[in-house]
Amino acid sequence: MTTNRREFLKIAGASALTLVAPAILCPAWAKENVITPSRALTAQRWGMAVDPSKCRADCTDCITACHAVHNVPNFGNPKDEIKWIWTEPFASVFPAEDHTYQGQSLQKLRMPVLCNHCTNPPCVRVCPTKATFQRPDGIVMMDYHRCIGCRLCMAACPYGARSMNYREPRPFIAKINPDFPTRTKGVVEKCNFCEERLVKGLLPACVEACKEKALVFGDMENTRSAIRRLIESRFNLRRRANLGTNPQIYYIL
Amino acid sequence: MLEKALKGGRGYWVWIAFLLIVAATGFFFYLRQLDYGLGITGMSRDVSWGLYIAQFTFLVGVAASAVMLVLPYYLHDYKAFGKITVLGEFLAVSAVIMCVLFIFVDLGQPSRVMNVLLHPSPTSILFWDMIVLSGYLVINIFTGWVILSCNRKEIPPPGWVKPLIYLSIPWAVSIHTVTAFIYAGLPGRSFWLTAIMAPRFLASAFASGPALLIIFCLILKRYGRFDAGEKAIQALSKIVAYALATSIFFVLVELFTAFYSQIPEHARHFQYLFAGLEGHHNLVPWMWTSAGLAFTALAMLIVPQIRRREGWLAVACTAVFVSLWIEKGLGLVITGFIPSPLDAITEYHPTGTEIAITLGVWAIGLMILTLFYKIFISVQNDIEGTRFKNNN
Repeated sequence: MTTNRREFLKIAGASALTLVAPAILCPAWAKENVITPSRALTAQRWGMAVDPSKCRADCTDCITACHAVHNVPNFGNPKDEIKWIWTEPFASVFPAEDHTYQGQSLQKLRMPVLCNHCTNPPCVRVCPTKATFQRPDGIVMMDYHRCIGCRLCMAACPYGARSMNYREPRPFIAKINPDFPTRTKGVVEKCNFCEERLVKGLLPACVEACKEKALVFGDMENTRSAIRRLIESRFNLRRRANLGTNPQIYYIL
Repeated sequence: MLEKALKGGRGYWVWIAFLLIVAATGFFFYLRQLDYGLGITGMSRDVSWGLYIAQFTFLVGVAASAVMLVLPYYLHDYKAFGKITVLGEFLAVSAVIMCVLFIFVDLGQPSRVMNVLLHPSPTSILFWDMIVLSGYLVINIFTGWVILSCNRKEIPPPGWVKPLIYLSIPWAVSIHTVTAFIYAGLPGRSFWLTAIMAPRFLASAFASGPALLIIFCLILKRYGRFDAGEKAIQALSKIVAYALATSIFFVLVELFTAFYSQIPEHARHFQYLFAGLEGHHNLVPWMWTSAGLAFTALAMLIVPQIRRREGWLAVACTAVFVSLWIEKGLGLVITGFIPSPLDAITEYHPTGTEIAITLGVWAIGLMILTLFYKIFISVQNDIEGTRFKNNN
């Protein structure tokens, strides 16, 4: 069979059109239908209050619960470490507020730190693939299947909340929770405010695990929520709020 | 024209073989990195960018510096650069290719690199960097190649090349500005959060790139039967001197703001760089070497008697290149992470694997550059040869 130039161009044009057509037409039927189960916990803006004075010394309940639920590996070295929630001394959490005459009780205090689920998150702004994104309810999420592992979000996060899978994590997970995905090497991960639990009507794992009720989780926009009343009545600080990120973790001091 | 790269003397082939071995070694170690993950490098949770991204940043500058030849020649009709603008463009091409490779080897999931185009994110500076770098690559390949082909046939370049060349001038500025914006727009990293980052990048680029080009011209003169001409090299050396002075000035300006304001967030990074912080001083000897070399080179380039002697000029240009490589290819990226946002100090030590991969990418870049320069010289020599025959 011989094809002349004209026919070839026709076929090529038609083929090109089939490639482009779905992209033009798809918005018509591809509108996402978000189904929220009736038992799901919903909010306009999720936030968390932390009252570190309630924490028992050396308690790691929230960390253990979170890391077990989310298949966070333990490599046993700080270089490759992955952590979603952990504790830091006051001087590291609030470097600008630390001074020589700070009381012992505050200086010795170790506070839980985690992703701040900023209202204006720099990590989302810098991500070149939208692998990290913000939900309408404020939760900053990760798509582990889209992340290319460039780590620009790690450089952009002013809280050190993000971890990179520097190596294959699966062999280092003590017990795999089949209800939550494990990650591959080469992607970044962080706290997701337990969105997978919220949708089932459950509070975040760390909040549930805390016997001292040091962590309070709720809707910041709801004036009658427990967290809102707590924040309105007690003095609180947010980490590096001067950066304009509008962090949603409130520390009651 | 490509076939010209296949004919060469013994020295040429030994050099190519050497580069091939280094590149192959790098590739071997890259396969290991691919298998194990980026944990095989010295990068950590706290220092999450290292040698790769630092090389990328430095080489974007080398690539941008081609504009220092193109601008005087095409905008000011500075004839002395006519012979070597193509050399600058080919240097830009190989530098951009190295940049792309360094980004690639730094990715945790390299197989997903096309996600950047599949899910374009205009708020991400890295997305824009990909656009400007690929654009710059295309512009320089086209202009360099077309001009060389026309030189060979001894015909004037086609009309459409001129607008492309004019476009390449602001484009060169854009690639380094956008690269600086990757750093200068991050709220939590005070070391990078400075409006002078882009000007500083450009100044150091316009010193290191032309310095490298002078070194290449002197090598070509000695081993390649190609003379760029005294006038061109001297003009380039003046560009290096001015750009180096500006670059040093910009760094001093940064030091003033950090240390006079005494805001810890700003000062602590520079303290780590030049004095060490809480017993950690990995980069201190490097930075003082860089500073010493920069001031020595500046003194040498300012004095005309020294600048005009080729041997001394080569020494000065090597000093400029090494000094700025340390400043940008080592200090600038790593120090942004030290101390961390939680005020922790984690030192960074590149591993052997990481260094081998880095050298491998440099070898690939140098190989591409060698091939381009070989073609360029063969074409030039052919022209001279036919002219010589015609005259007799």
